[in-house]
Amino acid sequence: MSTDTSSTGHAPFRTAEGGRIDRSRVLEFRVGGQTLPAHPGDTVASALLANGRHQVGTSIKLGRPRGIGAAWAEDPGGLLQVEEPFPEPMLLATTVEVFDGLAVEGIPGQGRLAEVADTARYDTRHLHVDVLVIGAGPAGLQAALTAARSGARVALVDEQSEAGGSLLGTTDRLDGAPATEWVARATAELAGYADVTHLQRTTAFGVYDDGFVLAVERRTDHLGAQAPQHLSRQRVHRIRAEHVVVATGSHERPVVFTDNDRPGTMLAGAARTFLHRYGVLPGTRAVVFTTNDSAYAAAVDLADAGVEVAAVVDVRQEAPAQWAAELSARSIPLRTGQVVTGTRGTDRVSAAVVARRDGSQAAEVDCDLLLVSGGWNPAVHLFSQARGRLRFDAGLGAFLPAEDLSGLTVVGAAAGEFTLAGALEQGRRETRAVLGELNLEVAAEDDLPVAAEAFAVQPPALLWFVPDPDGDSSRQFVDVQRDATVADIERAVGAGLRSPEHVKRYTTIGTAHDQGKTSGIVATGILGQLLGRGPEAVGTTTFRPPYTPVSFATLAGRDRGQLFDPVRTTVLHDWHVLHGAVFEDVGQWKRPRYYPLAGEDMETAVLRECAAARTGVGILDGSTLGKIDVQGPDAGEFLDRLYTNLMSSLKVGKVRYGVMCSADGMVLDDGTVLRVADDRFLVMTTTGGAAKVLDWMEEWLQTEWPELRVHLASVTEQWAAFPVVGPRSRDVVAEVFGIDTSAEVFEFMTWRDVELDGVPVRLARISFSGELAWEVHVSGWYAPAVWERLVAAGERFAITPYGTETMHVLRAEKGYPIIGQDTDGTVTPQDLGMSWVVSKKKPDFVGKRSFARPENQRADRKQLVGLLPVDRETVLPEGSQIIDFREDGELPPPPVAMLGHVTSSYRSSFLERPFALALLKGGASRHGETVHVPVGDDLVAVEITGPVLVDPEGARRDG
Amino acid sequence: MQLIECPWCGPREEIEFHYGGQAHVAYPQDPSSLDDREWAEYLFFRDNPKGLFKERWSHAAGCRRWFNAERDTVTYQFTKVYTEQEKGPVAR
Repeated sequence: MSTDTSSTGHAPFRTAEGGRIDRSRVLEFRVGGQTLPAHPGDTVASALLANGRHQVGTSIKLGRPRGIGAAWAEDPGGLLQVEEPFPEPMLLATTVEVFDGLAVEGIPGQGRLAEVADTARYDTRHLHVDVLVIGAGPAGLQAALTAARSGARVALVDEQSEAGGSLLGTTDRLDGAPATEWVARATAELAGYADVTHLQRTTAFGVYDDGFVLAVERRTDHLGAQAPQHLSRQRVHRIRAEHVVVATGSHERPVVFTDNDRPGTMLAGAARTFLHRYGVLPGTRAVVFTTNDSAYAAAVDLADAGVEVAAVVDVRQEAPAQWAAELSARSIPLRTGQVVTGTRGTDRVSAAVVARRDGSQAAEVDCDLLLVSGGWNPAVHLFSQARGRLRFDAGLGAFLPAEDLSGLTVVGAAAGEFTLAGALEQGRRETRAVLGELNLEVAAEDDLPVAAEAFAVQPPALLWFVPDPDGDSSRQFVDVQRDATVADIERAVGAGLRSPEHVKRYTTIGTAHDQGKTSGIVATGILGQLLGRGPEAVGTTTFRPPYTPVSFATLAGRDRGQLFDPVRTTVLHDWHVLHGAVFEDVGQWKRPRYYPLAGEDMETAVLRECAAARTGVGILDGSTLGKIDVQGPDAGEFLDRLYTNLMSSLKVGKVRYGVMCSADGMVLDDGTVLRVADDRFLVMTTTGGAAKVLDWMEEWLQTEWPELRVHLASVTEQWAAFPVVGPRSRDVVAEVFGIDTSAEVFEFMTWRDVELDGVPVRLARISFSGELAWEVHVSGWYAPAVWERLVAAGERFAITPYGTETMHVLRAEKGYPIIGQDTDGTVTPQDLGMSWVVSKKKPDFVGKRSFARPENQRADRKQLVGLLPVDRETVLPEGSQIIDFREDGELPPPPVAMLGHVTSSYRSSFLERPFALALLKGGASRHGETVHVPVGDDLVAVEITGPVLVDPEGARRDG
Repeated sequence: MQLIECPWCGPREEIEFHYGGQAHVAYPQDPSSLDDREWAEYLFFRDNPKGLFKERWSHAAGCRRWFNAERDTVTYQFTKVYTEQEKGPVAR
């Protein structure tokens, strides 16, 4: 930033004085390669206008020049791509604040996302208040003052760089001084209250249920390179308010006429804002076209600032007397009962065509600025988001809130109160009512500032568009951003469309970045006129969040990368990393999938790991298995009701495998259960089912069986668990723990507690591989040390750590299903060939009644089988379909009857061939048959077998 | 984002809760005595009214307790929350 000591900072259309900009400093920024000066407080739009430029880009379909049409977020025209400091598409010239080093380009309706990662930080903050006031214009500021003075917790948010709203762009006076002085006093007073949060550059973009409002604060966007590193760039405020006061003001709307998209055409109020707030003259010679009184102020102010006003064109037959006198005093020609029918010029307006309403007496009036006012639309967006109904007020020519909403009040221009005195008074009155509802005492001292008496208001005329004199409506732009015209609406009506929602989608009017802030109501008006209906009969399209665009990065906040979703690692994670494990995601867990040696791919590594477990000894980190501590006198009874088999008969010291079904009889989860004491069981679940099973148990316990004295606790994280697997596991476990591990002494499906150097360890003879195996359970704190001891003891047997892939192969060779892989919520225990796990003795358990349903008795149910590819070579892709055997080896024309699908498929080192598990219709009675599995363009012949392919007698598990 | 009143914790944001379907559909005393149609009705059939509906909710990311609620399916407004032990609102 440099000090303005030379003439380089001089912009030709900057006024000599006034405005809210800091003239003592000059900034430089680039637009499309050209360097322009600006002052702090400028937007790109005001700086462009100060340098005599109206055009920003070109239009998306027609390539016509597009300029600045409004002074804030409602501008449909001036879209930018920010190039520096960081690329960002689709921002508005009217809302991007200038800083040193800013570089922008005008764009034709579409921008370009950054190709590099955004290093800025975004975050989120929660805010709880009694009263949230949205909008810091006169009504909102007064509402905030009234609430704050009464001791309420208040948040005041406003989207602009400073408070004041409409007062920043007018010559309004309060208490006999410029109104901005009152704004300064009000904000200073608010700053003195401890319970008031006042946020500028903060857009409330969505109103949701129960007083929940989302607002985005642009914290450092206006600072460029000066942005402090410790600040997040943008912040989402999640505000929960007892009551929301909406004081969002209003948007001026244009009148549509031919060639109304030419740069230099601008809303009248916007020109006033550029003059008073930014010290910019948007032209040298202006024509003002209006349907209402408000544009007269623009004509008068611009004339006083030195702009030649060539004509004020008022569609009404009679002009407001006081304003007509003001024009007369400045010798501004007034043309009543006339309209603008078109413009001349190329990249900038050079003349307006003015005619009588019937099109007669058309004359060109030279100008480089054409100001338009078609009336004012209350900004009812947030009220509508809260599902408030609207009504059309013919007197104001605008849609207004039509009902009182619980917890949300609209004040000021947003409620149709367009006078300054009225807005202030309404802000105070409505807020006092809110405070009463909240049982807060209303402050006694709460004076309103006194507004100067306004001119008498003459009712506005309702004029949506001026028909083209030659009947050509194809250059009458309703939505200049979408290049959508009156002709497009005519076409929509011709196609039979009547609803504004349909017309919006057909024409794309109101679908651009501005979401139709200025074009939506105009489209409604024109549609109504074409249909011969009033706007009230047509209605508006639905207002939806966000009010203005919000970037995904902002919405994501800190929830990116590692913070997006938690990563769970076992206590042995570092060991796995050190030993070269390749990890896979299992839910949120990182589990070693395999441990490749140098030069090994997954298949080689897994074959080696499988062989080690079947011939020597392997070790697996099974700590992710779900573990639930079930305690209480009724624990056995409780488990009997949930498992298909009997658990209460299990003796302390024993282990039992169990299956749980949902009430419809489908398998929910499986695992082993250890009886730890008479009143205590340790329930093991699958890794993925841990949370679900705990929820399931809690639900039944709380909602159906509250009489059972049972308590549940997840101990998954507390206990590390590692299976030591293979013929040599007996030697390793015996050596490390110094116990007798013979089959007679340490029986299969029993557990016992031992100590290792004073550390309690639980050993359980459980096998998920079919091999002789012990599961070692130890507190997470000691797990790495115990694991190391086992690995050291196993060294002489070449103990091999193995991952989930080998675990899957070993269990599949034994026909052990993985719930969720080999089942899908339509599979019963009987379908899995596990009738043996379903108790015949128990009178009831969850799922039992469903087994007798006819659907679950059908012979053609899909049942678990093994598949052996006849070629002994093909590894069938999981998910492959199974079809009947085809003699000709050709896939028949569709439809092809599908008999089932492959659920698990691997290469087996033990079998020395690939194999698969599958769900096959009537599979249990088809063992020995051959069927076909289409793989790519081939049919692979496979033999159906039982699911247990290794050691069906179970001899290996005893070593 | 609605606020839901947990009977134990007070008002909390709806993402903390799990929906549990229609309330007061008790697990049958003796499922084996039901015929297939009656059992299927317990398993698969639930009311779907427009208006007030009694539902089960669980404060899954909070106290993990189940409770009942009466809610208007048109406006989503909760009219009452009550525990398993409390008597529900009289049907209107």
